[in-house]
Amino acid sequence: MDPSQPACDPGQLSSEMDEVIKEFLVECNEGLDRFDRDLVALEKDRTSRELLDSIFRAIHTIKGTGGVLGYEKLVSISHIGESVLSRMRDGLLLLSPAITTALLTMADALRSILQDIAAGGTEGTGDFSAVLRQLSTVLEQAQPPVAAKTPLSIAGPQPDSAAPPLLGEILVSSETCKPEDVVAAVELQQEGDPRRMGQILVDSRAADPSAVVEGLKMQSDYREIGSNTIRVDVALLDKVMNLVGELVLARNQVLQFTGTQKDSSFLSTAQRLNLITTELQEGVMKTRMQPIGNVWNKLPRVVRDLSVGCGKQIEIRMEGAETELDKTIIEAIKDPLTHIIRNAVDHGIEVPEVRAASGKSREGHLVLRAFHEGGQVNIEISDDGAGIATEKLKAKAIANGMVTADHAARMSERELLNLAFAPGLSTVEQVSNISGRGVGMDVVKTNIEKIGGMVDLQSAVGKGTLLKIKIPLTLAIIPALIVTSGGERFAIPQVSLIELVRSEGQEAGHGIENIHGASVYRLRGNLLPLIYLNRELRLGSESASGSINIVVLQSGDRQFGLVVDEINDTEEIVVKPLSKQLKSVSCFAGATIMGDGHVALILDVLGLAQMTRVVSELHEQNVAKQGLKSAESAAQREAWLLFRIGKDGRMAIPLSLVSRLEEFPATQVERFAGHEVIQYREQIMPLVRLAEALGYAGASDSELLQVIVYSSNGRSVGLVVDEILDIADQSAAVQQIRHVETLKGAAVIQQRVTDLLDVPALLAAQQLAGGEGAQA
Amino acid sequence: MKQRRQLCTFYLQKLLFGVEVEKVQEVIRYQEMTRIPLSPEVIAGLINLRGQIVTAVDLRRQLELPARSGGELPMNVVIRRDDGPISLLVDEIGDVVEVDEQLFEPAPDTLDAHGREFIRGVYKLKQQLLLLLDTEKAMSVVGTHPA
Repeated sequence: MDPSQPACDPGQLSSEMDEVIKEFLVECNEGLDRFDRDLVALEKDRTSRELLDSIFRAIHTIKGTGGVLGYEKLVSISHIGESVLSRMRDGLLLLSPAITTALLTMADALRSILQDIAAGGTEGTGDFSAVLRQLSTVLEQAQPPVAAKTPLSIAGPQPDSAAPPLLGEILVSSETCKPEDVVAAVELQQEGDPRRMGQILVDSRAADPSAVVEGLKMQSDYREIGSNTIRVDVALLDKVMNLVGELVLARNQVLQFTGTQKDSSFLSTAQRLNLITTELQEGVMKTRMQPIGNVWNKLPRVVRDLSVGCGKQIEIRMEGAETELDKTIIEAIKDPLTHIIRNAVDHGIEVPEVRAASGKSREGHLVLRAFHEGGQVNIEISDDGAGIATEKLKAKAIANGMVTADHAARMSERELLNLAFAPGLSTVEQVSNISGRGVGMDVVKTNIEKIGGMVDLQSAVGKGTLLKIKIPLTLAIIPALIVTSGGERFAIPQVSLIELVRSEGQEAGHGIENIHGASVYRLRGNLLPLIYLNRELRLGSESASGSINIVVLQSGDRQFGLVVDEINDTEEIVVKPLSKQLKSVSCFAGATIMGDGHVALILDVLGLAQMTRVVSELHEQNVAKQGLKSAESAAQREAWLLFRIGKDGRMAIPLSLVSRLEEFPATQVERFAGHEVIQYREQIMPLVRLAEALGYAGASDSELLQVIVYSSNGRSVGLVVDEILDIADQSAAVQQIRHVETLKGAAVIQQRVTDLLDVPALLAAQQLAGGEGAQA
Repeated sequence: MKQRRQLCTFYLQKLLFGVEVEKVQEVIRYQEMTRIPLSPEVIAGLINLRGQIVTAVDLRRQLELPARSGGELPMNVVIRRDDGPISLLVDEIGDVVEVDEQLFEPAPDTLDAHGREFIRGVYKLKQQLLLLLDTEKAMSVVGTHPA
């Protein structure tokens, strides 16, 4: 025997264990989850027949199947629970918080027995007499059974219920049996007759045996219709997923090969391979997708338990539970989500008295929203509780020595709020047993960032808190930017990518400055800390190409620039984990195989930022420097686009208004109602010749039009200028020398007086959309 | 009855090493490698083994032998493992030999301490000594420092 074989993993069933029991356990656990969810929902909507039926069914199944398999404890507990539920179905008992609690305790007891069965095959030695007593007490409250006035169980099959109809219902509706006989049989059962419905009916000669057999057959047919899904082992899915990953790589290799081939049948086969692979990839990805509701479903129970525990009334609402996510991501966010909810219930939402006193409804609200946006999943958790007092956070952070008082004073509201994610910080004065020990939110943040997600916190004191989470859809195959540094290729996950900056020729290196040995780049007036990939990874020689490529990346809520030798392309890559020998290298998230068969490493943006500590340290320097600067000049630095119109008209507009700079051949200009337009990105874009519009002489009659594209509300306008001069990054004190409608005034930019164009005013004057108050 | 076992052999610095045949997944010629910046020194890089990414350990560095001279390309002895294969870079591949357990002896004391860590023992073959490599140790990075 191989000694390296691991001992039987607890929680995993040994291979000899019967398939039937495995299936039973899965079914029961799912049933109990549904039980929890529907029971909590029933508490809100106490008359819902549908919910009650669903709860009843869950317990009934456990009792029934458990009995067949000989699990006595399961049967005795679920039997009494079923009795309570059947009283409720008969309208003899109305759900109260005490009953809900008793039933939930019962569900927990059943779960613990199921766990014992899964681990050891037996029901274990747990003592559940307390649960049984609790349920018996509940049962005694119910009025003694009286003759059922409206036996709902034979009121005909419920159209929207997915469960198979009861035998009595089938027999009545097929007219092989009289309703009153079924009612009598149901009463007999309620009085404790252990016989099944069919047996009673046959024994009392109310139905003949062949009809009952027919009815049972119909019932089982009904069951089969509902099963158009199959259970698949996750390990198998993972394997298929891996194989598809390989296939994607092989496809990429084939596609690269097609470039050198001329054989048309080969090319078309390669093309088909390409399409089929893409479709297969999507299909397999879909099999791993699960609605986020699968995680959320457990939350109402959590909220209920917690709110009862701390005397709060909380309503939880969920929107977008059907939003789908990769299974691995679902697993990864399960714990962080639960933690966030605990926090919201414990600290966020106030007790009813406090809420009433501050003019809010006594019941607190917790809203979960999930939706897809830009290839990512957004999850928002909001409450209408007390919010987070940033003053308290600040004081605590200073007391803990996390920030200096000086630094804290300069922090923005948002930065202060995000201190809540720092380790060891909690604003709660009293530590409760639910949360508030100061571990948690930092773990939540790390866990979410680990899977490439982001967390953001917004809060208003007295109004509530909103926590936003953005996570990628899947982790297995991701779009990535391929860069080269020191002769090696690296992949950067596109989720962390903000933009690419390239400066060439003489301008290369312009704008990069050093602060205490750390490089920063001026990006539209903000300082961007820089990391040189060559230096950080000790790759040796830096490129001498004379141009500088900066990949602007987002790590958490900070941005930094990564200087690389070359930016190659974007590609879909298959993420492969690194072997455990490489665990110590934190700046790589994995590796992938490129189209040419070479292996490339995937950069872990978060790890890289932490390793170089560019994010935290430089940020402080950043803040310090900005503090100095703002004292120096109150005028805002801004990037200006400088251009010439006419012969010597020097003008500027803020770069933030410019969506693109384009060149169009003059021949492309067409006319619409006498005005010049051009086809641009499948839209008709009006052109404004600035020299003409503003009355400058000497407009050049060039073949090529220099156009500044200005976009507002989804509509673009092209401003035709004579020359783009420069981009200047400086503060400009605007002075009104003489009032001109289309100018904001003038300023000294690059030591020269420059007119500042007021684009909206100009467009309004030209009666074009995008202007102030102008009609489209 | 004589106990025999099969060893896959290879050379490192003219020394003959052996690994149990059943641990070896395959033996392949030199593969292009992607080096891993900041990784432990004994890790030579990553290779693409038919779509699978395999970490390669440079046995010369692991055993503190002098580095391979410039033009020589190492061969890969791919060792099977539960959590994915690992490749050991060696100078040259030898034959698969069947050895007699009676010829086995623990590593001699004359072997330096570092070498003894990785060698489980020696088979006294007629022509040459065959060193039995401790593969688990050879694939570990414990105690090594980043390059």
